[in-house]
Amino acid sequence: MIQIFKMAFRDLGRNRRRSFFSALAVAIGLALLMLMSSVIAGEMGSAIESAIRLSSGHIQIRAATYNENKSSLKWEDLVADPEKVASQIAAYSQVKAATPRLYASGFLSSGTQSAGARITGIDPLSPASDPYRAGLISGEYLSPDDHDSVLIGKPMAEKLNLSAGDKVSLSLNTADGNVQEQTFTVKGIYTTDTYGFDSATIFLPLAKAQALTQTENHASTIFVLLNDTSLTDLVVPALTVPANLQIKTWRELNALFVEWETMAQSYIGIFYMIILAITASVIINTLIMSVYERTREIGILSAIGMRGSRILGLFLAESSLLAVGGVIMGLLLGVLAIYLFNINGFYIGNMGLTGILVTDTIRAKLTLDNTINVTVMTFIVTILSGLVPAITASRLEPVAALRAEK
Amino acid sequence: MEVVKIENITRVYKVGQIETHALRGVNLTIENGEFTALVGPSGSGKTTLLQMIGCLDQPSTGRVFVDGKDVTTLNRNQRADMRKGHIGFIFQFFALIPTLSAYENIEMPLLLNGHSPAERKARVEELLQAVDLADRANNRPDQLSGGQQQRVAIARALAPKPALILADEPTANLDTANGEQVMEIMTRLNKETGVTFVFATHDPRVIKYARRVVTLRDGLVVQA
Repeated sequence: MIQIFKMAFRDLGRNRRRSFFSALAVAIGLALLMLMSSVIAGEMGSAIESAIRLSSGHIQIRAATYNENKSSLKWEDLVADPEKVASQIAAYSQVKAATPRLYASGFLSSGTQSAGARITGIDPLSPASDPYRAGLISGEYLSPDDHDSVLIGKPMAEKLNLSAGDKVSLSLNTADGNVQEQTFTVKGIYTTDTYGFDSATIFLPLAKAQALTQTENHASTIFVLLNDTSLTDLVVPALTVPANLQIKTWRELNALFVEWETMAQSYIGIFYMIILAITASVIINTLIMSVYERTREIGILSAIGMRGSRILGLFLAESSLLAVGGVIMGLLLGVLAIYLFNINGFYIGNMGLTGILVTDTIRAKLTLDNTINVTVMTFIVTILSGLVPAITASRLEPVAALRAEK
Repeated sequence: MEVVKIENITRVYKVGQIETHALRGVNLTIENGEFTALVGPSGSGKTTLLQMIGCLDQPSTGRVFVDGKDVTTLNRNQRADMRKGHIGFIFQFFALIPTLSAYENIEMPLLLNGHSPAERKARVEELLQAVDLADRANNRPDQLSGGQQQRVAIARALAPKPALILADEPTANLDTANGEQVMEIMTRLNKETGVTFVFATHDPRVIKYARRVVTLRDGLVVQA
């Protein structure tokens, strides 16, 4: 076996430039796969984390009859006495924050401009509201007892040409189906770098939102953040809530995203296959050339008694060595590519996706799982690519091979 | 004792509709220890006959026995095993593996036969001495002259201690001096080791070394 690899190594050394470029093709293929899988992992990971952090939480407790799409404000569709329910849930050790939130739909007007808005009543002091506080870019953050203050996102501020301190008119639905209008002061402008969220979501203190919508001591949901996303399936079975309430997990709350992810994965699979097919064709071409150039040598080896299986092994050893060399170079190239990619990230801005929260800058996230997967995949494809030329070589008739031109 | 026994073999090559009869019914026996030349003009069937004896090709009809075994019934792998252990080859074009040193080329059949590293080392060194190339052990073929390469090929053929060595025009690519040196080495090794040599040639300077001359013409043995 060692001798076979020794011969294979020397055979590759005969045409060093060709062998180097073949290994480089493997390396570029692997580096591309690593970069693609890391970008996908980074984007998917950041998108789902953004969705959880900003919008869905890990878990929500809602009235069984609550319809999210309608942002219903009828009392029977809301959670009664939400602070009590939230404090019961907050008692679980895996829970980072449990806080009532009230959602209403309406629109914001300034002068002749107006924009639809998802009004969210929050407890400004809850850790669950940290991302909005952290994203403040002008003005001040909300306090729980603000009565005429609103926090708006940067895209909406730009659209309505608003700055902190400006007055704005907010119209929204109430529990009894009427429309309530009131003038607010833009207390602060925030950004979460997630256009889809920032362009529509405005925040009020929960008490003010309840008063305005006449949903006294009711909330649309109890927004729950856990210490880690992976704890979701552990916590959900342990939660006990009254029969009129239901528990929703982030997967159910982001069903569109999960579908998007599945679709993206299948497209990525096609890209993977294209890259691997190109890599395979380079290796097949290299080794086929090698077989044709060395036909007489194969005849000699056969004449001195080397069996076809051993000749097959010799060529597979060559493809294995190309695979090893290519994979080592590819891992280095891949890490470098990901590092360079992440220096500034890749700005995509507003992708125009609705229902999915995508940050405006893509960053790659290299995971051990992905690295192992694409490396093993590249290695196997490279070795298998050697099979075609190896079989060709092993089936050469010694007499015909010996007659070949040197 | 006979090393090779050929019974009425024919070999017909078919290209399209055209049939070429390379051997037309050859009968031949070669005894152990012979130093035999197959002679005849180009196209007489010398190389084809060597290929039949060497299990590189199979006759269209007839039987070939090597070391008492009917090699016409063997499958591809069994023929490879036969070549590995019982038959050594020397070719006109030297036929060394260019990426291997002289030492490694000679060692190759021993590796294929599963000899231990110590056995291989002893045997290769002995053979390098025998062909007077001990100082060239680490040279690759492109660092050796044609004569030296052919001597390495002789050593490689002898390495597994075969019953029979087949040489196809072994001096055709050598100048007179190197050609004679190669023939003298082959003659000496035949005498010293008793291994049977059968070589195809049409060079009168080579034929003079043979102790037996088998003449072929148009695929038939006309004089044995």
